[in-house]
Amino acid sequence: MTTDPREQSGFSFGEAIAKPVRFVMDLIDPPLRFLQRTTGIGGMATFFLLPNMLIFGIFVLLPFFINFAYSMTGGTALFLPDRTFVGTDQYARLFDCSNYLDANSCAEDTFWTAVGNTAWFVLLQVTLMIVVSLVTALILNRDLRARSFWRAVFFFPVLLSPVVVGLIWKWILQRQGLLNFGLYSLGFEPHVWLNDRSWSFAAAVGVSIWAHMGFYTLILLAGLQAIPRDLYEAAEMDGTKPTRVFLRITLPLLAPNLLVVIVLVLIRAVQIFDEVYVLTGGGPGTSTLFLTQYIYETGFAAQLRNPGLAAAASILMGAVLVVLTLLQLSLSRSGEKKGGRK
Amino acid sequence: MSRVAQFLFRRKGGKGWHWTDIVTWIWLIGGLFIMFGPAIWLVGSSFKTPAALAEFPPTILPYVTQKVTVEGIDKPLDLYEVTLEGGKTVRLAELRRIGVVSQMIDPSNPGEIIKVNIAQRKPVREMTFASENYAEPFTHFDFVRYLWNSVFVTVVATLITLIVNSMAAFALSKYEFRGRTVAMLLILATLMVPLSVIMVPLYSIVSALGLFNSLWGVILPTVATPTGVFILRQYMLTIPDELIDAARMDKASEWQIYWRIILPLTAPALAVLAIFSVVWRWNDFLWPLIVLSRKELYTLQVGLSIYSGELNVQWHFILAMTVVTMIPVVLVFIFLQRFITTGIAGTGLK
Repeated sequence: MTTDPREQSGFSFGEAIAKPVRFVMDLIDPPLRFLQRTTGIGGMATFFLLPNMLIFGIFVLLPFFINFAYSMTGGTALFLPDRTFVGTDQYARLFDCSNYLDANSCAEDTFWTAVGNTAWFVLLQVTLMIVVSLVTALILNRDLRARSFWRAVFFFPVLLSPVVVGLIWKWILQRQGLLNFGLYSLGFEPHVWLNDRSWSFAAAVGVSIWAHMGFYTLILLAGLQAIPRDLYEAAEMDGTKPTRVFLRITLPLLAPNLLVVIVLVLIRAVQIFDEVYVLTGGGPGTSTLFLTQYIYETGFAAQLRNPGLAAAASILMGAVLVVLTLLQLSLSRSGEKKGGRK
Repeated sequence: MSRVAQFLFRRKGGKGWHWTDIVTWIWLIGGLFIMFGPAIWLVGSSFKTPAALAEFPPTILPYVTQKVTVEGIDKPLDLYEVTLEGGKTVRLAELRRIGVVSQMIDPSNPGEIIKVNIAQRKPVREMTFASENYAEPFTHFDFVRYLWNSVFVTVVATLITLIVNSMAAFALSKYEFRGRTVAMLLILATLMVPLSVIMVPLYSIVSALGLFNSLWGVILPTVATPTGVFILRQYMLTIPDELIDAARMDKASEWQIYWRIILPLTAPALAVLAIFSVVWRWNDFLWPLIVLSRKELYTLQVGLSIYSGELNVQWHFILAMTVVTMIPVVLVFIFLQRFITTGIAGTGLK
C-alpha cells in the first residue's frame, strides 16, 4: 500500500482533494483500531452498517410507522403527542361518498377528483409510455449506425429536473409559444392549451412521457440486446415475416423485461407530481390534480392544513405502491432465474 | 437522374428499402427534434428581450426592432424603414401611431413630423442578445444564493451518500453477521416507501430535529439510498476476499481495509453512484419545497417554481435561470451519459 490504488484504477479525485481525505481517514484510524480491539471484527461490521441504518431508521422507517398513527389523529398540530386521537375518522371522511363514481357527491371531493385523475393518468400514460418506449427500443436495436448517439438523444430529457421539464413545456404551450406559432404558420387558430381542461391533462400525459421514456427505452433496449442473434438469423433463413418474428421471438423473450418496465412505469405514474405541478399547478380548476399534489396540499399548503387526512390518503396510496413494488420484485426475481436480466 | 437516386438510396448489402427503414428514420429524426427542440427553443428564447418575447409570431433568433433616441424626446423610439412617394427609402423614428397613419420624425432632423401610412413602413430589425436576462438575476435577485444552496446540497449530499452507502455495502458484502438478511430486507423495503407516502410524518420528524428551514433537512433524509447500497454491494461482491485476508495478515485494521483496499477498487461503481446522486440531488423538488419556507434557503428548483408560479411571470428572467439550472445536467449528459446508461441497463434502477 505504498501508492494510492485510486490512481491505478484510472479514477482520481485529484491530489488536492485526496490528500486531506487521506489525512482525515488516517486520523480516524487509531480510535477505530481501539474499537476493533474491544468489539472484535463482528463489531466493526455493525459499525460500518450503523450510519446507514440510523439514517434509514430515522428518516424512512420511523416516518413509515408513525404515518399510521398520524392517520388516526385530527387537528392541525404538527407533533404527534399534541394531536387528538380520532380513530378511523379520517379514513371515514375520505370514503364518505354517496356515489363513488361521482367525486362531487363525496365529503372530500378533491380527494376523489385526484383519485379519478390519477387513475385516468395511469391508464393513459402507462399504455402510451410502453408503446412509445418499446417502439423506440425496437428501432434502436436495429442495425443502426451511431446507435449510442441515437440512444443518447432519447435519453436526454431523463436527466432534466422536473421543474426544468415543466418550464420548458409551459413556455412552448403558452399563448405565444412555439406550438401556437407552428399552428399559426400552418393556418390554424392559436389556442391557450394550458387553460383548457382536457388539453392540459393531455399535456401532463405527454410531457411526463417525453421526460421519462428514454429511461424505459434503455431498459428495454438492454433486454432486446440480450436476445441471441442466431434466433433472428434462423428466422431470416426461413423467410419469416418481420411481424411474425416480433410476435414469436422478440415479444416472448422480452416479456420479463417488459413486465418489469410496466410495473416501474405504473409505480412512477401513481406518484406523478413535480413536472405537472410546475406545468399546470393542478389546473385549470382541478383537471390535473393528482394524488401526490392532494397529499402535499392537504398536509402543507392548504389554508386549513389537515396532516391527519393527508396521512390517511398517503397510506392508501402507499398500499397501492406496496402491491406494485412486491409485484416488481417478484417479477425481476423470476426474470433473474430465467437469466433474462442481470 | 434515376442513377443519382439509386446511388443516394442504395443500402448496405444491396438490399432494397423496406417500410420499416422509412419508419426508423422518421422516428429517429422526429425524435431528434422532439427531444432536443424544446430545450433549444428555451435556450434561444432566454436571450430575447421582454419585447421580443412578447412578439407573435416569434422569431427563431433574438431579433428586436432597433431603437433610436431623438433629441427632445425622453423615450427611445422604434426605427422604421419608410418608402416615400418618390420610391426613396429613408429611416424614420415613430413618434406615435393613429389608426393606419404613423407620425414619424427624422432622427437627424427632429423638428418636422412626417405622416406615413403604416403599409409603407417596415421595422428595422437587429439581433441583440439580452445578456441582462442573465446578469440581472445574478445581481438583483437571490439567484446566486439559490445557486449556492443547490450546489451545497448537491455536493454535501453526494459526499455523505458515497461514504454512508459504501460503508453499509462493505458490511453487507464482506462480513458474516447475525441480522445481515434483516438489514438487507430493511433496505429493500425502503424501495416501497417513496417520499410521497411518508412526507407528512417525515416533515414532523425533521421539524422535531430542528432541521426545518435548514439545508441539512433537505440533505439528510435523502442520503441513505437503497439504490446506492445495491450498486456498491453488487460491485464489492466481485472483489476477492483473499485481498482482505492478506491485509489482515499485514495487521491492517478493518477501517484501513475499507478505505485503502475496498474503496479504491470500488471506484467505478462509486463514480456511477456519484453521477446519479449529483443528478438526483440537483433535481430534487418536492422535499426541498416542503422543508424550505424561507426565501434565502430555496434551492434553484424551488426558487424557479415559485417565481414561475407568480401572477406576473417575468419570463425573460425565468428562462435565463432555467438555462443556468440546466447547465450541470447538460454537462453530465455530454460527458458522463455513457456511465449512466450502462448503470441503468445493468441494474434497472434509477
